[in-house]
Amino acid sequence: MIKVEDLRKTYRAGLVEVHALRGVSFEIDRGEYVAVVGPSGSGKSTLMHLLGCLDVPTAGRYIFDGVEVSALREDELAKVRNRKIGFVFQSFHLLPRLTALENVELPLVYRGVDTATRRERARRALEMVGLGARVQHYPNELSGGEQQRVAIARAMVGEPVLLLADEPTGNLDSRTGAEVLDLFQRINDAGCTVIMVTHDLNAASRAKRILRIRDGLLEGDERV
Amino acid sequence: MDFATSLKIGLKAILSNRLRSGLTILGVVIGVAAVIGVVAVAQGSQRQVTSQIESLGTYLLTVSIRGRGADRVLTCDEVMELTGGIDGVAGVSPVVTGSATAKYGTRKYECTLLGVNEQYATVRDLRLQTGRFLTQLDVSTRQKVALLGQNVVTELFGLSDPVGKEVKLNGQTFAVIGVLAPRGGGPAGTEDDQVLIPVTSAERLIGRRGVSTFYVKGRDKESVGQISAAISDRLYRRFRDEEAYRIFDQTQMLETITNISQTLTLMLASIAFISLLVGGIGIMNIMLVSVVERTREIGLRKAVGATRRDVMRQFLIESALLSGIGGVVGIITGATLARGIASAIKVPAVFPWAGAGIAIALALAVGIGFGIYPASRAANLEPIEALRTE
Ligand SMILES: Nc1ncnc2c1ncn2[C@@H]1O[C@H](COP(=O)(O)OP(=O)(O)OP(=O)(O)O)[C@@H](O)[C@H]1O
Ligand SMILES: [Mg+2]
Repeated sequence: MIKVEDLRKTYRAGLVEVHALRGVSFEIDRGEYVAVVGPSGSGKSTLMHLLGCLDVPTAGRYIFDGVEVSALREDELAKVRNRKIGFVFQSFHLLPRLTALENVELPLVYRGVDTATRRERARRALEMVGLGARVQHYPNELSGGEQQRVAIARAMVGEPVLLLADEPTGNLDSRTGAEVLDLFQRINDAGCTVIMVTHDLNAASRAKRILRIRDGLLEGDERV
Repeated sequence: MDFATSLKIGLKAILSNRLRSGLTILGVVIGVAAVIGVVAVAQGSQRQVTSQIESLGTYLLTVSIRGRGADRVLTCDEVMELTGGIDGVAGVSPVVTGSATAKYGTRKYECTLLGVNEQYATVRDLRLQTGRFLTQLDVSTRQKVALLGQNVVTELFGLSDPVGKEVKLNGQTFAVIGVLAPRGGGPAGTEDDQVLIPVTSAERLIGRRGVSTFYVKGRDKESVGQISAAISDRLYRRFRDEEAYRIFDQTQMLETITNISQTLTLMLASIAFISLLVGGIGIMNIMLVSVVERTREIGLRKAVGATRRDVMRQFLIESALLSGIGGVVGIITGATLARGIASAIKVPAVFPWAGAGIAIALALAVGIGFGIYPASRAANLEPIEALRTE
């Protein structure tokens, strides 16, 4: 489902060029559960942003779900993000002025789903992550673990084929982190492809495949 | 994204920062209120002036003979001769003006004395309250009869009926034959202070022979112009001097005044419009701040699938809401203000419907116009860059 060929990303910070990815190639099939590991600054987040269509590569090809994503226009990328991909960030990124329910609704808002259906689906997504009783709460009224679960509900509400998570447990203690990982397991069991960046070896061990990144290159690709 | 949702998001954003939104809206309110207020007061005073001129009577020409000496006046017969045979004339009346002390018993009143003929009522659209008007016979036989204005009646007779009684005008006895209906202010002060007597009697009473002013009434708008030209022609042949006479065309004057006041209104409204522009700059300023503050929100919205258009629309709706609310409140404020000013300077208040429509449209245009730049800045943010901002 995912095929990247010689993917490169170079950031330009003033006069200095940072080669965050220096030619990465791999394939991932539908339904896989992949962990991406590597030292800080190795380019993991960069890779996730490219896979999540949040950024475009400097060079190389990225084919996702049969579409050459690296050739798409901006609003076509927005559509791919909206319909096919769910993204979970380390720092949740919930909108503080919206309730949990409204936050979860967001992807559906931009998909043009009518209000009633939107509400219903968002409510179900929140129930799925165990927050059926928290729909009217604002993010600052929720614990970190609960906020991340709202973020997961938001990522999953549109029933994407790919769930990307960049250190989803990085801001959580080990117990709430484990709850989040359980959720990912369930999501993967339901058939959704999951790719997760993590520093936590325990978390990585849950995945069925581990991609090791170092200095912008793919250093290892193990299946467990 | 549907419009209702965009609207809801916009309202929420505005309400989440009430003071700031309120101050921004205030800028628009002042601009719109200024436009509405200025136009309303200007139109009110224009209507006032217009109605004063119209109170002279419609399709009226005022002919004045200027200069001194016996050769620069006309006799009553000459006036009638001069205007005879011109098409479209509805009435002609010479006017001799002077002041007189009217006396009834022990009561006295300083009034304006007007010597006129029997056509004067037609010429000036006068109405009688009681009694009768002058007849041709009154004029030709120099009858000592008088018609009194409202103020004269009140001062001399109080509530009793003056018709049939006798008043003394500068010591001479006149029989009251009628009372003029109240008329209020004309351009030369109230006409309720007047006493009308036959022009022939007036010449004697005032001790001046000849007429230097007369009114000609046309049948309709078109004939007024032709009459004016014909009289001008005849007067020129009589005096051989264009400076010797002047013809005042009330209809033309009205048009001139309307033109002038429209230009003035437009000018004042443009000045007021500048303050609306300043309000627009206020909106732009706040929207720019808002884009910066909400960079992360924009990034997140884009990350979950908002397109450039979605973001653009969200911010445009927000600025349109700010200016639209400002516009509505501004119209209400402006109309209230105009009413206050109008009653203070004693002109009728006119609510400018067209002006209100234009002001709302302008306010929205200003809001959207000044919102485009901030909105496009928001729309062009890269999702990842935006999310990374603290
Ligand atoms: N917007 C940017 N501009 C310039 N350099 C950047 C930018 N984003 C990332 N980099 C650089 O690219 C390299 C890879 O960054 P990336 O965030 O992908 O690392 P990472 O593996 O996710 O690290 P961590 O584990 O600490 O999150 C780093 O050296 C980083 O400094
Ligand atoms: Mg990272």
